[in-house]
Amino acid sequence: MSIKRKAYIAGAYEHPGRELPDTSIPQIHAEVAIGALADAGLSLSDVDGYFSGGDAPGLGGLAMADYLGLRVRYMDSSDMGGSVYLSHVGHAAAAIAAGKCNVALVTLGGRPRTTKLRAPGQLMGSPPESDYEPIFGMNVSAVYAMAAARHMHEFGTTSEQLAEIKVAASVHAQYNEHALLRNVVTVADVVNSPFVSSPLHRLDCCVVTDGGGALVLVSPEIARRLDRHCVAVLGHGEAIEHTAGGFQDITVTGAVRSGADAFAEAGVRPGDIDYAGIYDSFTITVLLALEDLGFCAKGEGGKFVLDGALHAPHGRLPFNTDGGSLCNNHPANRGGMTKIIEAVRQLRGEAHPAVQVPNCELALAHGTGGWLSTRMGNATLVLGREDA
Amino acid sequence: MTVESQSLPAPAPEVTPEGAPFWAATADGRLTLQQCAACGRHVWYPRYVCPHCHSTQLEWVEASGRGTVYSFTLTTRGILDYAGCGPYVLALVELAEGPKMMTNLVGVDTSTLSIGDEVQVVFADTGQGNALPRFRPLAEP
Repeated sequence: MSIKRKAYIAGAYEHPGRELPDTSIPQIHAEVAIGALADAGLSLSDVDGYFSGGDAPGLGGLAMADYLGLRVRYMDSSDMGGSVYLSHVGHAAAAIAAGKCNVALVTLGGRPRTTKLRAPGQLMGSPPESDYEPIFGMNVSAVYAMAAARHMHEFGTTSEQLAEIKVAASVHAQYNEHALLRNVVTVADVVNSPFVSSPLHRLDCCVVTDGGGALVLVSPEIARRLDRHCVAVLGHGEAIEHTAGGFQDITVTGAVRSGADAFAEAGVRPGDIDYAGIYDSFTITVLLALEDLGFCAKGEGGKFVLDGALHAPHGRLPFNTDGGSLCNNHPANRGGMTKIIEAVRQLRGEAHPAVQVPNCELALAHGTGGWLSTRMGNATLVLGREDA
Repeated sequence: MTVESQSLPAPAPEVTPEGAPFWAATADGRLTLQQCAACGRHVWYPRYVCPHCHSTQLEWVEASGRGTVYSFTLTTRGILDYAGCGPYVLALVELAEGPKMMTNLVGVDTSTLSIGDEVQVVFADTGQGNALPRFRPLAEP
């Protein structure tokens, strides 16, 4: 059974805060939940399905469902790192299509900027690889940097090409009053910023912010009743890419499979996409996704991003028009939620006029969670205008 | 710059049942790997089931201790035990037997280090009855 047009995104809300030292994490989840439901014209009492990731405090979604007073008959607290919110949209659409719920709420919230909970492993218990990777000083920027270094070695990708991705994000972020970084940067600014983990520079990295976001998905019947332009879920795919017993190719992500599944379900091709929200924990994350989603051939990502390709509104593939995680926010160290929210704005025509893609009918949102070079969750959504 | 092994921490692993033979061998300066008796492929990291063919016939074999640099980074962002040790090289070394192992490179000049360089294992004593396998440039014969 396909989920195509079986569920609609009726509400979306991004927390405006980037530093929230005086707000608890459960309160952030509550604020974004109420915000997204208000956007849809619904309330907490309408929710009968709840989807939360590893950022939700407590035992899966149990604690937050209790805090919010949700009367839930379907719950999913699976986790795939920052990509899970894209996965949850697919899961929620499937649950709605199966009649398991009618109003599904997805929340994200966290405070990595004003607390110390930043390091991998501190939130995750003891995964089976814990004594064979972190013990060598593995850190997040380093594993992405190794993927970048290998991609440069195999395909001749340059630091200047990676920098073009940051430049495009910064050009967009200047119009977002909530973005943490609003200064437009140049390629030279990026490559002259200090190395964090070679070959990645400080400006190749996303921001660390508090904040959150939420989505509300509803059945087609409810979508028709709401006084709101809704966004159709057309396709979804997800894939785990792992270390393959030590035989991984770190220049390739699971987007190859998650993207293919999402495009097939939607019945569209990469060339049909008007706007792309692409997970941008680092510049290399975007470059690999562009290749693996089929926007260009493998190894050609560095050339693809030149000539303003990613710039809105007139580039070949406008991306991350809110400034993305590279400039706007990366709440709870998980950038997947905001990729969906900005895609929803684009499809509703509610993005900032300077970056609104004209006649935006078809959007893609993609997440890469976990770690490049080791194991990652990948999830892709194809979304469309309700009337398209 | 060159990072020497003695400047890095050598935290002791929490030894799990699957990994106990591996860590025991490190105490003798030996690098061991699992190899699947069913499909013949090597497996890293240690586990109960072969991720290639899903057999549970994994056997411990001695590795050559040699490999090539598959990718590396000089990182300034040490966390946990590595928070105060200064920049260091995290790497994936492709062992001669095939699997890639996350590790550190030591005794390498980062200004000349390249992907594809040949390396050999060295062991850093944790002081807890085992040792961390790191890699340094292959010595000339």
